[in-house]
Amino acid sequence: MATTGHCVRLVGLMAGIIGGGSLLGCAEAPKRLYHWDGFQAQLYEYFKGDGSSPDEQLRVLNDQSQRARASGRAVPPGFHAHVAMLYLRLGRDVEAKLELEAEKAGFPESTQYMDFLLKHMTGSKQ
Amino acid sequence: MSTITRCSRLLVMAVVVVTLGACATATPYDYTAYKQNRPVSMLVLPPLNETPEVVATYGVLSQATFPLAEAGYYVVPVSLMDETFRQNGLNNPAEIHDVSPQKLREIFGADAAVYIKITQYGTSYAVIASDTRVTVQARIMDLRTGDLLWQGSATAASSESKSSNQGGLVGLLVQAIVTQIVETAADTSIVYAGIASQRLLSPRPNGILYGPRSPNYQKD
Repeated sequence: MATTGHCVRLVGLMAGIIGGGSLLGCAEAPKRLYHWDGFQAQLYEYFKGDGSSPDEQLRVLNDQSQRARASGRAVPPGFHAHVAMLYLRLGRDVEAKLELEAEKAGFPESTQYMDFLLKHMTGSKQ
Repeated sequence: MSTITRCSRLLVMAVVVVTLGACATATPYDYTAYKQNRPVSMLVLPPLNETPEVVATYGVLSQATFPLAEAGYYVVPVSLMDETFRQNGLNNPAEIHDVSPQKLREIFGADAAVYIKITQYGTSYAVIASDTRVTVQARIMDLRTGDLLWQGSATAASSESKSSNQGGLVGLLVQAIVTQIVETAADTSIVYAGIASQRLLSPRPNGILYGPRSPNYQKD
């Protein structure tokens, strides 16, 4: 029926407007603090452990890091630390250390844990 | 009943539903402990998995950094954290959840720990329509004082996006997130793990508060 159809459309429209207004009113602005790219997908890839090699994962993350730099935005917490761990997997300790230092520089909140890891690294390797 | 009366009733119902969905504050959460402690950094421990899906723990763990970091917290790197536990002989989430707050703080330096439990993860196949669903619960404990800062739960399911063709903005948002994640991850559950984690650990009514790296810090 024409009236019912109109009514449903009206209700839908109202819901849309109010929904939109409420979202604007109490949801955070869409502007993000960090350049995420595929970081979480890479973490999942790493944890599953049956996908791409550490080399391949490093390549993807380093590309992402470059894109972040180009866009002038920071990489998320844990990004450099995760890259550090992939380097450790490959025995590339010097690069791993640099990445741990980068995590610390970007996020001083990580200092205690990063220092623990750096100490552990030098402790386990002669 | 006249069409107009029916129409206005429907309208009122729609208004109520949408408003509740977006900004409900029916029973305001008690943020006293949260505001007294105001953590700066969060340690997301490997989630307890109460489902038969083995990948659930890492599905959720891989998605939990995003909402917390965007809320303004430093999140302890999840992959290194997991590796640190492994190297200390702790391989399963239940054992890890039993580690004392003092020890966690000593190693990771975090102000608070996020204890997540997964109660649903994966696809149930039915004759009419299959449903992929992820349900998570979380408790955030302060590692300095032992106070419970916040707890809550969230669900994300494929059935909701299928039925929300007329669901307006919210439907569109879900769809958009889904499409974005599908591009990078092949399996379906991880998509809903991502949405459920965002719903669980983002600032929203009765949700977590903003952290110090957010421009909204202490405005909530």
